[in-house]
Amino acid sequence: MSKLKIEDLQKINEKVRQTMLLREGNGRARITVHMGTCGIAAGARKIMDTLLKIIEEKNVKDVILTNSGCAGLCSREPMATVELVGEAPVKYVDLTEDKIHKIFVEHVQDGKIVTEYALAVGSERTH
Amino acid sequence: MEKQKVEQIIAKHKSEPSALIAILQDVQEEYRYLPEEAMAIVVDRLNIPLSRAYSLATFFTAFSLKPRGRHSIKVCMGTACHVRGSGMILEKIERDLNVKRGETTDDLKFSLDEVYCLGCCGLAPVVTIDEDLYGQVTLVKMPKILQKYS
Amino acid sequence: MRPFRANLMICGGTACVSNRSFDIKKALEKEIEKQGLDDEIQVVTTGCNGFCAAGPLMVVQPEGIFYGHLMEKDIPFLVEEHFLKGRPVKNLMYVPPETEVPIPKMNDIDFFKGQILIALRNRGLIDPEKIDEYIGREGYYGLLKVLTSMTPDEVIKEIKDSGLRGRGGAGFPTGVKWELTRAADGDLKYIVCNADEGDPGAFMDRSIIESDPHSVLEGMVIGAYAMGASQGYIYIRNEYPLALQRLLIAIDQARDYGLIGENILGSNFSFDINVTRGAGAFVCGEETALISSIEGKLGNPKPRPPYPTTSGLWGKPTNINNVETWANIPVIINRGANWYSEIGTETSKGTKVFSLVGKINNTGLVEVPMGITLNDIVNKIGGGIPDGKKFKAIQTGGPSGGCIPAEKLDLPVDYESLAKAGSMMGSGGMVVMDETTCMVDVARYFLTFTKDESCGKCTPCREGIAQLHRILTKITEGEGTMEDLELLENLANVIKDTSLCGLGKSAPNPVLTTMRYFKDEYLAHITDKKCPARVCRQLNTYVINAEICASKGHGCGVCRRECPEQAISGEKNISHIIDQEKCVKCGVCFDVCKFNAVTIE
Repeated sequence: MSKLKIEDLQKINEKVRQTMLLREGNGRARITVHMGTCGIAAGARKIMDTLLKIIEEKNVKDVILTNSGCAGLCSREPMATVELVGEAPVKYVDLTEDKIHKIFVEHVQDGKIVTEYALAVGSERTH
Repeated sequence: MEKQKVEQIIAKHKSEPSALIAILQDVQEEYRYLPEEAMAIVVDRLNIPLSRAYSLATFFTAFSLKPRGRHSIKVCMGTACHVRGSGMILEKIERDLNVKRGETTDDLKFSLDEVYCLGCCGLAPVVTIDEDLYGQVTLVKMPKILQKYS
Repeated sequence: MRPFRANLMICGGTACVSNRSFDIKKALEKEIEKQGLDDEIQVVTTGCNGFCAAGPLMVVQPEGIFYGHLMEKDIPFLVEEHFLKGRPVKNLMYVPPETEVPIPKMNDIDFFKGQILIALRNRGLIDPEKIDEYIGREGYYGLLKVLTSMTPDEVIKEIKDSGLRGRGGAGFPTGVKWELTRAADGDLKYIVCNADEGDPGAFMDRSIIESDPHSVLEGMVIGAYAMGASQGYIYIRNEYPLALQRLLIAIDQARDYGLIGENILGSNFSFDINVTRGAGAFVCGEETALISSIEGKLGNPKPRPPYPTTSGLWGKPTNINNVETWANIPVIINRGANWYSEIGTETSKGTKVFSLVGKINNTGLVEVPMGITLNDIVNKIGGGIPDGKKFKAIQTGGPSGGCIPAEKLDLPVDYESLAKAGSMMGSGGMVVMDETTCMVDVARYFLTFTKDESCGKCTPCREGIAQLHRILTKITEGEGTMEDLELLENLANVIKDTSLCGLGKSAPNPVLTTMRYFKDEYLAHITDKKCPARVCRQLNTYVINAEICASKGHGCGVCRRECPEQAISGEKNISHIIDQEKCVKCGVCFDVCKFNAVTIE
């Protein structure tokens, strides 16, 4: 390992920031994938996997991804809830890889709710 | 006792009187006590009188001048352990192994010591045997624990 | 880097490790792999979480869900339910004794609620063996700040303004000590970290090193820059193998990164750190004795002055602070003296870490703002006394401190208030005592400790403490007289006034405070020959009530089987009898009898 210079400290900090935000539970946005038995059967794992890939590809550091149990609306699975800090959570239903991609870019990154996939806004809090 | 081993231990440290405690700690770890010949070699290399090594060896509890047992039993006498009855545990071990605190059994199997706080106060009363730590020890459990080591 | 969606923070503090937390970790990893979740969920070992009573434990992030008392057999179900199906498992959560309703989130548990984490800021959030994670929590930012934008005098001023006082016991203002060391003559100066935590019942320094060793290193490098020291020593207690191991790893990493060593962060400032292992002597926590011991000599204290700040290690100016003090430094520099000094009271700023142990529900490590009341610590954070017993006293300051009684529970915790009550802040051990603790026995206990640990150099401490101990033993054996009480008090004051070092000067405190607040217990031992708490064994006789044993218990025989000395005889349906010759008065029969047939007379 080479000796650090002043600017290196910041670089290391950035490298592990994603992990630290996760542990502190502090993200700008939180995406919850509902993973009850029905959700898993309907493909929730695939949605989770896609989201992890997107976050990796885009090198996003301030989004926390987590899972929760059945949301009680099994016919509309897979489902996910997006919650930006200071805003009401939005529940998306009947998700596919393409849909979650669009939601990530437009809602999570740009802050615009994708109304055509949304079931409800502000119906429940996830945390 | 091998002379060479002691020399190796000394070589790991600076040949200065200030390294005396650290060297004796390593010797103690190697032999489980401080053999007189080993101390003689150490003070010779550091060019100090033997009395200095003796004064340290009798001052610090980490050192022993007599051979220690193969298993080291330590009963925690920290405050939390005390108020939860560690004194009774210690007496029980003394009776069962026929050994006094600070001493070693005749067959050199166990040494029994008190130690002040191992910092596991949440598990009080605590007994350690070598590297193993036993928490919430009771008089009833103690003989079964000792059996594992005989 | 592909992110994880959950981090499982497993506690790797000494108490949890002893409770097999590493086995839990292995089981988790195995099960997570089996469920195909290993690229989504990461298991991390952290330092001490603090809530030792609930160990082995883990916290699931980002949700902050707390699981305690984990067992290997719970793991497959837990992984499937929570991490695959997203349903946190209720019966592995913490359940407060009074409500019996599980509390999912760590931060909603009373034990964690009242705490403010500064010295323990990274507790449970980082792997102590990974320097990058420390940097990820703005670690070494304080060092960066002083090297790029502060003069040594400005650093010292900041520490002075913060109001930080030594966390090792005496509470001397840290900034003033630094100023004295900086101003002392001499081109070679040393700084020392005192990690020889010797108070029985105190383990905060060990936990800080185990959970966040870099915070101590960073504090030391900042201090070295401020005082112009080129070499530092960490004097660590021999009984702390895990802390030592993590400390050595941290030093290697910091050296590799150039955060200690030559030309730190490319500047022209150089500083290195050595580790010295203690060899088991309580007196070495005293600074002059500690210095002697680093020099390879007997751990004997020396008269002060000269103070180490002018003539310390090898006669050079030396600044000694303890682990917790050093761990506070980086945050004070990073966030500023103003921020820090807003926490706490007028004369005691910031927070203090305490180890809360003894007869208390939530045993563990807590960091609380100065000025919090003892009542809040005992009853809110500590969750009160187990088994519905009554609180009697809280002991602070270790063998140098004293016992504070129930009527003083609203005392604010700060240096002055504790001293006024006859105790002291000390390094931060808090031992809770209930109605079954005998205060005369407690006083005798601490004197046993100081008697054993007295270095023997000065007469008042060596002979005086032994004499105090003899008198106390006499009293606990029912042989005490009223004159003994007077003698105790006189002798205690002589030792206080005439001993050479702090160990001797403070050793009588446990006797003086228990005599001040619990005189009636002393009198009961002396005049009635009774130990009200039933602790002093020579004064107890265990007897089985024949009628209750036979009629209610039907001679169940549990006491006979459990008696470690086979002192109890009897048969089914017939009352049992204790052979007083064989009885060692251990109390097992009293504890195991379901019918309360065993009485203490």
